[in-house]
Amino acid sequence: MTEHILRMSGITKTFPGVKALQDVNLAVRRGEIHAICGENGAGKSTLMKVLSGVYPHGQYDGEITFEGRRCEFGGIRDSEHAGIVIIHQELALCPQLSIAENIYLGNERAARGVIDWNRTNYEAGELLKRVGLRENPTTTVSDIGVGKQQLVEIAKALSKEVKLLILDEPTAALNDEDSAHLLDLLRGLRDEGITCVIISHKLNEVIAIADSVTILRDGQTIETLDMAVDGVTEDRIISGMVGRALDNRFPPRTPAIGEEAFRIEDWTVYSPSQPGRKVVDGASLTLRRGEIVGLAGLMGAGRTELAMSVFGRTYGVHISGSIFKDGRPIEIRTVQDAIKHGVAYATEDRKRYGLNLIEDIKRNISAAWLKGLSRRGWVNEYEEYRVAQQFRASMNIKAPSVDSVVGKLSGGNQQKVVLSKWILTEPDVLILDEPTRGIDVGAKYEIYTIINRLAEQGKAVLVISSELPELLGLCDRIYTLSEGRVTGEVPREEATQERLMYFMTKGQE
Amino acid sequence: MSRILKHRLFWPVVVLVALLLLNLVFTDGFFRIEMKEGHLYGSLIDIFRFGAPLILVATGMTLVIATSGIDLSVGSVVAIAGALACMRISDLSDQNSVAGVLSAVGIALVLSVVLGLWNGFLVAGIGIQPIIATLILMVAGRGLAQLITDGQITTVQSSSYKLIGGGYWLTLPFGIIIVAVVLALTAFLTRRLALGLLIESVGGNAEASRLAGISARGVLIMVYAFCGLCAGIAGLMISSNVSSADGNNAGLWIELDAILAVVIGGTPLSGGRFSLSGTVLGALIIQTLTTTIYSIGVPPETTLLFKALVVTIVCLIQSPAFRAKVFHRRRRPVPASTAPEEKVRVSA
Repeated sequence: MTEHILRMSGITKTFPGVKALQDVNLAVRRGEIHAICGENGAGKSTLMKVLSGVYPHGQYDGEITFEGRRCEFGGIRDSEHAGIVIIHQELALCPQLSIAENIYLGNERAARGVIDWNRTNYEAGELLKRVGLRENPTTTVSDIGVGKQQLVEIAKALSKEVKLLILDEPTAALNDEDSAHLLDLLRGLRDEGITCVIISHKLNEVIAIADSVTILRDGQTIETLDMAVDGVTEDRIISGMVGRALDNRFPPRTPAIGEEAFRIEDWTVYSPSQPGRKVVDGASLTLRRGEIVGLAGLMGAGRTELAMSVFGRTYGVHISGSIFKDGRPIEIRTVQDAIKHGVAYATEDRKRYGLNLIEDIKRNISAAWLKGLSRRGWVNEYEEYRVAQQFRASMNIKAPSVDSVVGKLSGGNQQKVVLSKWILTEPDVLILDEPTRGIDVGAKYEIYTIINRLAEQGKAVLVISSELPELLGLCDRIYTLSEGRVTGEVPREEATQERLMYFMTKGQE
Repeated sequence: MSRILKHRLFWPVVVLVALLLLNLVFTDGFFRIEMKEGHLYGSLIDIFRFGAPLILVATGMTLVIATSGIDLSVGSVVAIAGALACMRISDLSDQNSVAGVLSAVGIALVLSVVLGLWNGFLVAGIGIQPIIATLILMVAGRGLAQLITDGQITTVQSSSYKLIGGGYWLTLPFGIIIVAVVLALTAFLTRRLALGLLIESVGGNAEASRLAGISARGVLIMVYAFCGLCAGIAGLMISSNVSSADGNNAGLWIELDAILAVVIGGTPLSGGRFSLSGTVLGALIIQTLTTTIYSIGVPPETTLLFKALVVTIVCLIQSPAFRAKVFHRRRRPVPASTAPEEKVRVSA
């Protein structure tokens, strides 16, 4: 077991002004699953790009030895030829092409240039069986879910006779069920002799699947741990990643819960794309002042749909039910209504729905509250600037100035901008959809602190999250949603992952 | 039945058939095809014949749009190709000489490809947005065509040249044969070879194509060159049909008709997928519409308005969102009342 399939030594990669990697060493044993952990910006993805030839030889210093040979990859083709295949975090599939076409893109099954479609589809079908995906190879990729698309990516890698498979955050966009399936598949591939390198923020998965783990921090290798020998725990990895022991992953808080602030009753929403399908079915929720309430549910349970339909009917058709604010019935027909009534919703997809990525921080923060910043239709730019400065300080947004473009910020800082935008509207009710998705451990702690602060100010907060430990650590009360119905309401003291999972899967037989 | 309804080309076919039937009402024997002096004659043949340049231009446009680009310069390329060919032929001592005409045609087509390459270079090499990059040639190209013909309408008397746009071969108008050959070749290159796949992947997700080791730049440049070539052939057809070159008006607005044909045929402007057969249908719909306008006697001053109206209807019929709104209205579930007092309180 001590034979190394891959050795990277002394890797240094500099971008103008930044040293992304500094003398990084990585040794991967043949046939193991090797995890790479580190905060955002620690250099994980850069390291993998060096390995896969995205940054060709000559653009970095150091040595790569693969299968006992020194490698100098000039591009992706070279590394793939050697048997190294990388699956990027942002899936590299062409949505309008079929599964089979995607699998063999750039690697077509053809005789003298003429594509053999029968062979393409047949062999693609065989690969799909291998990864356990029951879909027709001619199905268009945009018609299948993200979880299945991830499997298509793996099938694509397998079609290239892969020896070393690199997965960058493979489960970031997947629900628990799909993630579990993917991890099982990786174990199966390991048994077939394929070595895997996996980059993941989800430490429970790392613990569950990896044979060893290398921790990077600030572009440097901190340590490599052997799971079997070192008895690694999540906390052990986290302390390596952040460089200090993190005693508490959740900031302390003494809840001070007041009167009812917001109530939804008998809320029913129909799908806009599938006529007649109820996405949310008679859901009722209550939020109190100063309370943090969780909303748990599997993918497709209707969490986001519920939140968006409440937030100015931004999702769904034929919405029925009633909303009460401070005990009085209110009507929220548009986003403007929602803002006026002090309801805010921070989206789960900040890059698509939460931010204008090519605009600067101050404009993003002021976007939902221009009315409050303008007089007679003119935006007071000084005020806009001042408000943004305030948020940059209070939310600890790490950026050179409020004129920095949002697209260049890290996920955690982008999320702080989204939160700032909604806090500026002075809401009494905040619905936060996956507020810590795709951001690193340190930034998560900061987001939790912000959420706690909001509750202390007497606001009612509804947190939607796929990560149950997060809900357990943060919330005073947790609702579970299954197939659009509220199936349970669990107070903090009684909440366990098992109990929540029981309610989340209820009524799914 | 539902499978037929869901087919991509169902609605374009319906529209085409409807337009043809409308013609039948106004014109007796609209569907009749006769053999006169060894040539096929008939309204249907005419639609194909006059629609041939548009089909060609739209074919090139289809591939460009599949890469999520657009080529506004095709109309200018049409004018330039016709102008150059006519100038060369009018300089010949014997305008009917086959070799002379062939060389003129060859030079015009080479220039068309070069102009296409120029577009491709601007888009893929420099990274200018396609709509801006091709706008340059759209404007400058008219000037170039004027320059070639010295601002005059150049007429030629060449029976060999006349063959391209106005002649017959094997009982069929020669233009139809050219279109058939180009289409067959394009279909083979894109659907049997990997080319179509590469084009679609570049249009669908350029980053994914790059990671799959595809040279997006090469694909783009080639596609624009091909589009230029198609426009060049169309330009020859148009100028040959009238035996003259008009730098100002030849191929005027054909880029818009071509884009329209592509979109009616179901190729999304966002790229990533294309349908050649859809484009041909789209071009035929537009040509049939033009024929219809003449045959039902729409007053000339309202033809453009009429055309716009029909195109709007076609686009609405094709839009799934619009169809759902109009046709599924009756199937709506009755929304429950939102009055709060009717609600049963649910205890927590």
